[in-house]
Amino acid sequence: MSPLARRRLGKVALNAAGVLVFLGAIFPVYFMVSTGFKANDQIFTTEFIPFPTHFTFEHITRVLTDGVAGHSIWLYMRNSAIVSLGTVLIGAVFALLSATAVARFRFKGRTPFLALLLVAQMIPSEALLIPLFLGVKRLGLYDQLLGLIVTQVALTLPFGIWMLRTFVAAVPKSLEEAAWIDGASRFTTFWKVLFPLVAPGLVATSIFSFITAWNELIMALYLINDPTKYTMPVALQYFFGQKGTDWGAIMASSTMMTIPVVVFFLLVQRRMVSGLVAGAVKG
Amino acid sequence: MTNTSTLARGGGRASTPGPRRANRPARAGGLPAWSIPYVLLIPGLLVIGALLLWPLIQMVIISFQKVGLVQISGKKPATWVGLENFTKVFENDIFWSSLRNTVVFAVIAVPLTLILGTAVGILLHRLGKKMSLFVIIGIMFAWAVPPVAQGVIWRWLFDAERGIINWALNLLPDWLSNALFGRADWTGQPWLNDAWSIYMVLIICVVWAGFPFIAVSVLAGLKGIPAELYEAAKVDGSGPWRTFRKITFPLLKPVFAVLTVLSIIWDFKVFAQLYVLAGTTNREAYNLSMYAVTEAFKAPPKMGSGAAIAVVLTVILLIVTAAYIRQMFKQEEL
Repeated sequence: MSPLARRRLGKVALNAAGVLVFLGAIFPVYFMVSTGFKANDQIFTTEFIPFPTHFTFEHITRVLTDGVAGHSIWLYMRNSAIVSLGTVLIGAVFALLSATAVARFRFKGRTPFLALLLVAQMIPSEALLIPLFLGVKRLGLYDQLLGLIVTQVALTLPFGIWMLRTFVAAVPKSLEEAAWIDGASRFTTFWKVLFPLVAPGLVATSIFSFITAWNELIMALYLINDPTKYTMPVALQYFFGQKGTDWGAIMASSTMMTIPVVVFFLLVQRRMVSGLVAGAVKG
Repeated sequence: MTNTSTLARGGGRASTPGPRRANRPARAGGLPAWSIPYVLLIPGLLVIGALLLWPLIQMVIISFQKVGLVQISGKKPATWVGLENFTKVFENDIFWSSLRNTVVFAVIAVPLTLILGTAVGILLHRLGKKMSLFVIIGIMFAWAVPPVAQGVIWRWLFDAERGIINWALNLLPDWLSNALFGRADWTGQPWLNDAWSIYMVLIICVVWAGFPFIAVSVLAGLKGIPAELYEAAKVDGSGPWRTFRKITFPLLKPVFAVLTVLSIIWDFKVFAQLYVLAGTTNREAYNLSMYAVTEAFKAPPKMGSGAAIAVVLTVILLIVTAAYIRQMFKQEEL
């Protein structure tokens, strides 16, 4: 075989491997989406049906009207959205303040604080659940979305600060100094100079917190008892009934739950990678 | 008020008129300059302290206490029981099977995720621009699926009656299926009844959802390695495996270290996928996360024993974290 032919063959093999990886990754997702649009006679069959020939919106409309546990899926989507957005709004403010502190100032206790952030990310939520459950109960926040928001802020904040810190550090200090020299106050400098430049980082961090809170199961499972306050991950469990599972409905709901995450992921994929392995990956 | 303090402070300094920069602390809104980072840190520290560290300490305390229904409702104070929760938990077979499940799962899933992820990362690096983007978007979908939905998908694929895994296994020629697995008929194979097959499905699920992150991170690392190194290796006649061992791996070692630790941490506390795949009734299939939570919240609740199990899990994770933190501090000028 000539070198040219071999190189061409190598190229074909590489691309074939690429297609294979693509299909392997996407197939289960595709199967979830397509099952949500299949009529029941195509779901409950031992045949493999690659795409819905009896295409139907029946499951989507069913989860939107009847829903699960007596409530439309919109209610659970709304609860999830409230918890996630609440987490993002509170978390973003706190994260920005702390990130500015560690990225802009050298102070005593800075290194211990950074170490604390790393340790905090590792604490398993199972360990926090029991004391948080007791605390939330005592404060009267049990069965309240606010109680859930508070715990989600805690779970997402350490990583939020860790990620945002690199964005603040990337803004040249000279810009702020120029503003000071021009007579701007510290607050004005922060608001008019630093904030707009850090905004993309803030968006990336917020989306990360949003996804984490949106996906979270354990806290939502045990800090909420009232079905009207369920979030999506909790509500989904109720499709696994005693008499058999409503696969069409659960696939339609899972798809609805996945859509916002996919959209956000495509927006900030690169920033999330650099945030997670910050420092280790150069370039 | 701000005005007066500015005046007072400014007045003291202005007596020796210097460059304008010397005036800067005077505009800090009345706060001495050294205190500003601490003020900025207060909200974050409060949240982390009150909602992460304090509960963590509480958990350790609760693990030495009896906290049942009457204690939760506040009718009776929690009573100290010493090491009783721990000894009871350690005497329970479920604890040991949970520990075994947790460790065996991580020992298999972590290397599989890392190897597959690295291989795909290298593949992405060698593919053309368009093809690479195409594959990245594909794997992004697997990565983006929420953990609960991941569990739902794989539970459906491995469903005994309608799952396509059984359908696909039935497609195999009977002689091959017999030779490989000792059986030809897979109809109704209940994958999600036995602990071992539940964990097999869980491994597939977690590797599938986890490798994209590794791949994209390795790709980011590879982009930072100068192409000349690879060209030189090629000229010297180095094969792909040797090139990986001598160039790629040493240069990306810090990346691999962080990815390994992150994967270990994620896989040790996997919960949502297991919860959907196995439910809470199959005690044989518990891992430590699931055992801690169900023990604490079952009827009647045993928060003390739940906390004891959570302590064990946390200690394991903190040992791993120590390595991670050292790595992060070595890598970066924090």
